[in-house]
Amino acid sequence: MVTIYSRYYLHRETGYKRFFNTILFFYLGYNITILSGNLETLFIGWELLGISSFLLIAFYRDRYLPVKNAVKVFSIYRIGDVGLILAMWMSHHLFQENITFLKLSNYELVHSHLQSHSWIGIFISLMILISAAAKSAQLPFSTWLPRAMEGPTPSSAIFYGSLSVHMGVFILLRTFPFWEHQLSVRILIGLLGLTTSLVATGIARVQSSVKSQIAYSSIAQIGIIFIEVAAGLEYLALFHFAGNAFLRTYQLLVSPSVVSYQIREQFYNFIPRQQTKEDSWPKKLEYSLYILCLKEWNLDSFMYKYLWNPVKWAGKKLGYLTTPKVLTFFIPAYILGTLLFYFEDLVTPSIHELLPIVFSIIGLMMVLKSFTERIHARLSWILVILNHFWVALSISFNEHFEFTHTLLYLSGISVFGLFGYLILRRLKTLEGSIDLDQFRGYSYKHPKLALAFLIACLGVSGFPITPTFVGEDLIFTHIHEDQILLAFLTSLSFIIDGLAIIRIYARVFLGPHVKSVYEMAYRSS
Amino acid sequence: MQTNSIIFEEHEVLHELKHYLPAQAPLKDFIHHNTLHAFQKFKFSKAIYTASTMLGYRVSMSLAEYRGCYESGRIKTSVLEKILTQQKGVDQIKVWKQKMLHEVYHKPSPRIGSLRANWKREYQIDLDSLVHPLLFRILCSFLDQGIAMWNFPVWHNSFLASIREMERVSFSSFFRQGRAKKLLLGGQTNVSYLLNILIGDESLYKQYLFDQQFSHQGWSGMVSAVEDQPQTLLDARKISLHDLIVFELLLEIDALDDHFGEGWLPLCKRIKEKPVDLFAKYEPTELDEVTNLWQEAYEWSYYDEVLKGLQTTNQGEPVIKVKSFQAMFCIDDRACSLRRYLEKHDPACETFGTPGFFGVEFFFQLDHGKFYTKLCPAPITPKYLIKEIGVRRKHEKDVHFTKHSHSLFSGWLISQTLGFWSAFKLLLTIFKPSVSPAMASSFKHMEKTSKLTIENKHLHHRENDLQIGFTIEEMAVRVESLLKSIGLVKDFAPIVYVIGHGSSSVNNPHYAAYDCGACSGRAGSVNSRVICHMANQRKVRELLCDKGLEIPDTTQFVGGLHDTTRDEIMFFDEELLSIGNRERHWVNESIFTQALDANSKERSRRFESINTELSTEEIHAKIRIRSVSLFEPRPELNHATNSLCIVGRRSLTQHLFLDRRAFLNSFDYQVDPDGNYLFNILEAAASVCGGINLEYFFSRVDNQKLGAGTKLPHNVMGLFGVANGIDGDLRPGLPSQMIEVHDPVRLLLVVEHFPEVVLKTIQKSLETYEWFINEWVHLIVIHPITRELFHFKEGRVSNYKTLTESIQKVADLETLLESQTENISVHLIS
Repeated sequence: MVTIYSRYYLHRETGYKRFFNTILFFYLGYNITILSGNLETLFIGWELLGISSFLLIAFYRDRYLPVKNAVKVFSIYRIGDVGLILAMWMSHHLFQENITFLKLSNYELVHSHLQSHSWIGIFISLMILISAAAKSAQLPFSTWLPRAMEGPTPSSAIFYGSLSVHMGVFILLRTFPFWEHQLSVRILIGLLGLTTSLVATGIARVQSSVKSQIAYSSIAQIGIIFIEVAAGLEYLALFHFAGNAFLRTYQLLVSPSVVSYQIREQFYNFIPRQQTKEDSWPKKLEYSLYILCLKEWNLDSFMYKYLWNPVKWAGKKLGYLTTPKVLTFFIPAYILGTLLFYFEDLVTPSIHELLPIVFSIIGLMMVLKSFTERIHARLSWILVILNHFWVALSISFNEHFEFTHTLLYLSGISVFGLFGYLILRRLKTLEGSIDLDQFRGYSYKHPKLALAFLIACLGVSGFPITPTFVGEDLIFTHIHEDQILLAFLTSLSFIIDGLAIIRIYARVFLGPHVKSVYEMAYRSS
Repeated sequence: MQTNSIIFEEHEVLHELKHYLPAQAPLKDFIHHNTLHAFQKFKFSKAIYTASTMLGYRVSMSLAEYRGCYESGRIKTSVLEKILTQQKGVDQIKVWKQKMLHEVYHKPSPRIGSLRANWKREYQIDLDSLVHPLLFRILCSFLDQGIAMWNFPVWHNSFLASIREMERVSFSSFFRQGRAKKLLLGGQTNVSYLLNILIGDESLYKQYLFDQQFSHQGWSGMVSAVEDQPQTLLDARKISLHDLIVFELLLEIDALDDHFGEGWLPLCKRIKEKPVDLFAKYEPTELDEVTNLWQEAYEWSYYDEVLKGLQTTNQGEPVIKVKSFQAMFCIDDRACSLRRYLEKHDPACETFGTPGFFGVEFFFQLDHGKFYTKLCPAPITPKYLIKEIGVRRKHEKDVHFTKHSHSLFSGWLISQTLGFWSAFKLLLTIFKPSVSPAMASSFKHMEKTSKLTIENKHLHHRENDLQIGFTIEEMAVRVESLLKSIGLVKDFAPIVYVIGHGSSSVNNPHYAAYDCGACSGRAGSVNSRVICHMANQRKVRELLCDKGLEIPDTTQFVGGLHDTTRDEIMFFDEELLSIGNRERHWVNESIFTQALDANSKERSRRFESINTELSTEEIHAKIRIRSVSLFEPRPELNHATNSLCIVGRRSLTQHLFLDRRAFLNSFDYQVDPDGNYLFNILEAAASVCGGINLEYFFSRVDNQKLGAGTKLPHNVMGLFGVANGIDGDLRPGLPSQMIEVHDPVRLLLVVEHFPEVVLKTIQKSLETYEWFINEWVHLIVIHPITRELFHFKEGRVSNYKTLTESIQKVADLETLLESQTENISVHLIS
């Protein structure tokens, strides 16, 4: 329905086609997610949703704020992705197969597996909860939702009014049989829903712009849905889910009408507010609470402080890495590592055990550096690719498996990596500077290169268009269930890897075009 | 303008800053004005390039666009060469033409923002992203007119005092660190004092404040507009630019404290070189000159054929002495084609154009309304009040706007019940759009059946210092000047219609911009009813008769409202018509209907989603649906493509197809030989039509900085403005959907009178003269007898010879209209 709506609404808008391609892409992802029978297929859809959201938020790619916010939202989605990857990894080990949702509802099966590994069960549930919370903008991730309202109103309506934001609820419902009997998890979900709905209602009450008001009140309702799900009221939750989705979509679509409507209301019914001046306790509380709500409980800066700043800090420590250094040191080191792999027998078992960790730490260093690289786009790109090689090496050490798995994994990355590198080089010769210190907005002048590079990015980030995706999944199956550290390191490097890639794309191709100052909007608009 | 002022005069700087900021009032009072009003004291060409160098605006089309127009023939070689000859000399034509067509130019960076950019360059801190989101949110919450459920707790004081009060009482704080809070509570909020902490060098203060405020000109402009006219917010707030600056400086200090601790050095200690002075004298570059030549060539290529058209007369058509009816419309460019169709369908009728408030200025109060609405051009402050009485109005509500849906528990209920109703409604709006309470409808501006307090009972009948209604003498004065200014003093038809206009749209925060500009962005229905009531009064007619203006007793005035979006007309007080006139009115009504159908067809050629080749009735139905469709961002195109204003008799333009691009103001030089009425007309035409024209002009050439960008991602802020997303700056100006078909040409004002009279008239008021002498509006005088043309430039008039040999004739207008969607050149209708 919304698509039909937007056909007229977006009529004559530049990027009309781009919009519809992205929307179709989104539907593809959505359908895969909804119709998927197991976590793995769901994950494909999940990734598609993430990337199409990014593209729709950054639809107005020549302005600063949409692009900045799109990167922000993407980074939060990425956290959700990793929660899902880890959940998948654990459930592999738990069930020794790609478990389908259908089988999950088989109580005996689940129960028998969980009996012996109750902490694994809790771990999986927690990971699912994290990804659900990230996707459904529950605490502490809530601030992304209002910031995602940068695209055309209909796309905001689809995503953030209805489909996308309810995905978290969907995945909870889907995996419900799994954690049904874990009381602690259910209490946790309920509590999360409760705090979210309270905090978000407060924030919604002080919002003075239409869309952010709708966004926060929607978050609050989803909080309640979480409670309903936790309480086991599946049908009520589903009913509420659908009602809320429809309501918010419609409210967003008619949001521009609010001016004429409310002004008219005010014209007839205006009563001036009365104010008393006193220093009472309730006043103090009221003011304090108001300020807190207006500042969104500092959630945004909280995310910055505890999530991104440490990453940035770590990356800055690696500031000494330059392209020649990377090439002269790490490539020989990698060759050394590969040689070690072939002559494994020479390595003592204790070192052998440590090697995967060491390699994955090196890989992580690569992406950290890549993520925080301020100047050289190509260096950043190379580092991203190298990271995958290190990961592959580390996992190969971890467990012996067929070489084809690694090949499968690295094949897509090498091809798309090279492709992406060539594009960056071409752009560099065309434009001179492609440094990452600011948004450069080259899509304005080179839309085709931008599209090609986007495809390269997707390929490298293990998007389900390459064999890499299958490889990625396989790689995880080769991490043992007791290797939490390795799993953690690998997944962390996957998160940051995806972020670094999107960051390169955004910085080089999106944002106001640096060379046409006069045709661009203000940064603040 | 002081340059390099070492001493910082806070008051003066703030005053100057306010002058430069966008002056757009809140959405409900959207009134068109010259976007670059701050530069109006300069000549147009100098002004726009100064603005561009200083503030980074784009002020013309790009060279590529001009070159494209030249290639396609829209810029004519003959016109270009004539302009080159005049300005550069015959021998320079070749050199300049080469430059115009092939030279590559680069524009230097604008000056604004260069000082403040040092925070990022020297301190590696992005102050904007640390300060703006919070600042905007606090401002929006403070000014909010009714979106939030929980309003700003302290509001009766000024902005700064309210913030201070909250900081004093509350446990939490807007600030991250202690120092800024201490400064605020300690009353150390002197602008210079704070700037001393931040900058430290007095000579940079002024430029810093400009940089700072222009980094969010939308919000600053709104604050400045509310400060100047607090009544523009129904729920009034005390706010000033000074308060905003102080608070923003505090937030900046706070952000720096948070990042570096309190020990950071002020900006002046770290900057390596002083930035270019923002107010340094502007030196025209060659690019500016070239662009200017292109712009003139672009404008005169169009003007020239218009002028040729005005000189060409359709001789041989008999003048019909006995009129079937007369109709007055607003000078609005949208009335231009409707008048043409009325005259086509009934050759015996006669139409006039005059500013749509019809010379009656007053405040209007709706029945049960709590506020007054001004119904006259913005600069006038009326002394009269007209009240609507005797209305039983039922307000339709739409539950989707209820705030209950945003609170926790009622939201829980509503989303599960109403939510499914929304799905149904969404389906309905997509497949069968219909009228909804969310809509802004012109016909609802005043109830058709209501009574108005037009007559003043006695002089002491006043309310809030406004006189209720007009006395008979006051009425007579207004009717007389209206009729004389349009030259309608004899040959009255049995019915004289006075038709105001308004528009209907839905999902459109800019709805006020679509209504009548002469009624302060409202529909003109009340004004048309009021003036008709006055003109129908026996006593008024007697007074007029004494002054030599005789209106026959059989003549009756009927008010009406034309909805320009839906192409519908509503008439008022038809029951007062005499029996004979009632029958005539029925006949006329059908003529109006035909004309409206045809008019909607002519409009439809601009809408890509309507096939212009359908029958007029089918198109009209589609046009009506358009006005109620939630998903239609272009219910109508408003003043887009406006470019002309013609002050003169209808005979000048009646035979011409001007493609709805002209403001038409009726005026007869014979009735006004000394130019007394002409003065009023020109005063209004320059500021109203000139303002509309320039707002379209600048929103078109720089839709990002001077316009509002595309409206699709707009988010309504506090009911007074729109922004992109939730953290964005307010976007004043027009959205791209309103200006995309507009050609950026200045207004060409054509006056039919003797040159010496016009010359004398425009010099009567300096303010009006400024528009012409500084070339913000082009002025051409057409001699009423010889039809010679005179161009006003540099304070003199000189003879103008058209280059266009002849203009095309068109017999079948309909085919022409169906053939293209672009602007159609001037045609002679035969």
